[in-house]
Amino acid sequence: MSTSGMAVMADRGADLAVEGIHTAYGLSQVLFGVSLDVRAGECIALIGRNGVGKTTTMRSIIGLTPPRSGRIVWKDRDIAHLGPHRICRLGIGFVPEDRRIFPELTVWENLDIARRTGADGRTTWREEQVFALFPDLAEIRDRRGGVLSGGQQQMLTIARTLMGNPELLLLDEPSEGLAPLIVEQLRQRVAELKATGLSIVLAEQNLQFVMSLADRVYILEKGEVRFTGTPADLQADKSIVQQFLTV
Amino acid sequence: MTLTMFTLNAFYGLALAMNMFIIASGLNLIFGVLRVINFAHGMFYMFGAYIVFTVTKSWGAPFFVGVLASALALGVIALVIERLLLKHLYGREHLMQLLFTFAIVLLMSDAAKMIWGTDQYSVGYPPGLGGAVSLGFVVLPQYQLFLCIVGPLIAVALWFVVDRTRWGRVVRAATQDREMLAALGVNVPMVYAAVFTAGSALAGIGGALAAPRVALVPGMDATIINECFIIVIIGGLGNLWGSFLGALAFGFVVQFGTVWAPNWQDVLPYVLMLVVLIIRPWGLLGRPEVG
Ligand SMILES: Nc1ncnc2c1ncn2[C@@H]1O[C@H](COP(=O)(O)OP(=O)(O)OP(=O)(O)O)[C@@H](O)[C@H]1O
Ligand SMILES: [Mg+2]
Repeated sequence: MSTSGMAVMADRGADLAVEGIHTAYGLSQVLFGVSLDVRAGECIALIGRNGVGKTTTMRSIIGLTPPRSGRIVWKDRDIAHLGPHRICRLGIGFVPEDRRIFPELTVWENLDIARRTGADGRTTWREEQVFALFPDLAEIRDRRGGVLSGGQQQMLTIARTLMGNPELLLLDEPSEGLAPLIVEQLRQRVAELKATGLSIVLAEQNLQFVMSLADRVYILEKGEVRFTGTPADLQADKSIVQQFLTV
Repeated sequence: MTLTMFTLNAFYGLALAMNMFIIASGLNLIFGVLRVINFAHGMFYMFGAYIVFTVTKSWGAPFFVGVLASALALGVIALVIERLLLKHLYGREHLMQLLFTFAIVLLMSDAAKMIWGTDQYSVGYPPGLGGAVSLGFVVLPQYQLFLCIVGPLIAVALWFVVDRTRWGRVVRAATQDREMLAALGVNVPMVYAAVFTAGSALAGIGGALAAPRVALVPGMDATIINECFIIVIIGGLGNLWGSFLGALAFGFVVQFGTVWAPNWQDVLPYVLMLVVLIIRPWGLLGRPEVG
């Protein structure tokens, strides 16, 4: 593995290496050899225009759309062909871009079904902690998921995944469709999560959202990684943004 | 009709309803979660009844041991069917699933003939439940009274499990978004297997409890599966209390139908279903399908 230099942080868990994965939906291939890695406690951002494969990369990692070839190594173990529930139980949590709140379940029930001791035995995230991070959710705990606002749904979908005590969070376009004020609140929450040592893969189109959070950035285009660097690298070279992100 | 006759008929209707509810609730549970219409459910019911016969008559065990044996046997049969075969058919066209469960009907029907032959059997009332209770103006048979208690107990137990336990919450989530549920660490195939097992065990229990009040003959499965469909459709697909109401409506219509309109006895349940569907296309407590 490529992260021996991070030995000090290794005991904090997350360590993911995606190695040349090819993923397809039926006959249409979407990812063409995507590689990336996440060290423990690190936040990496996946950015790129609509349809470049950010979501598909996450679905490949969590096992919902397993790659056709390539490896996904999580803590020295190839998880590329495990089912999603097994991958989740190994400490990877997925927060989907369309939120996927169970509409007939209440807020509390949505949280309850995701309750799980972490892969390393930790129980950092329980109801109280999750409600402390998202106080708004505590007030609507008996409301049905189907009637929540977009912002509330986004809080709930993150809170729900945290209930599984993951070590790595796959966070897919959390800012999508939310008002600027809510986006800023959300950014602060994600920053707090990062500060707890949680590793994060963040897919975003909103560059502002990414810049202050990410340690490193991967730019995807047509199912391939076209740029890897720090947010500072990206800031220094406006042509990259021009080439891969401006619509 | 005298008050006595009316009460007695209402009571028999209620007992029939409760027995039917136990069976139909299993079919409904399976449909609600797996979205599979299990044609073999009636066959599971028939096996339940026959197993009670064998356990009580041939082995001489008490009736309630027979009921338990039926529940266990049907649970095991269903689990094997689900794990070996049915699990490959989720998400396939409904026609495939129908053909598959119909194939199970044919297989089990032959198996039943091999095991029990084609004679007609009967199972006596369990000791202590063969008598009658007098209310003064009317005398009610104990076994039917027993069914009127067991039915609601099973309904409340099902409601409690589905509505009030974590396991039930997971099951409800599985009906809404199985992919997300899997990503949250739930072994969804095991949830499906458990629901199919539990729903089929209910058919076994329903058949076992029906054994003292019906004749055990080949073909008893076909009538029951039709009646279960009627009940589930009247009540609303996937809705527990809907099935309860549907069973009540069915029980009363059948019972009073035999008294008041004996020539119409066989079509009345279908008439009931048509009327309900015209007034409420999604059943009494059902809701329009979304997506
Ligand atoms: N279920 C699916 N079946 C077939 N094709 C799909 C499916 N989901 C996505 N695609 C296609 O795969 C490609 C990549 O989609 P993906 O959702 O991974 O992109 P994305 O980068 O997440 O885009 P966005 O920013 O819009 O969320 C797109 O061309 C999309 O049309
Ligand atoms: Mg996406």
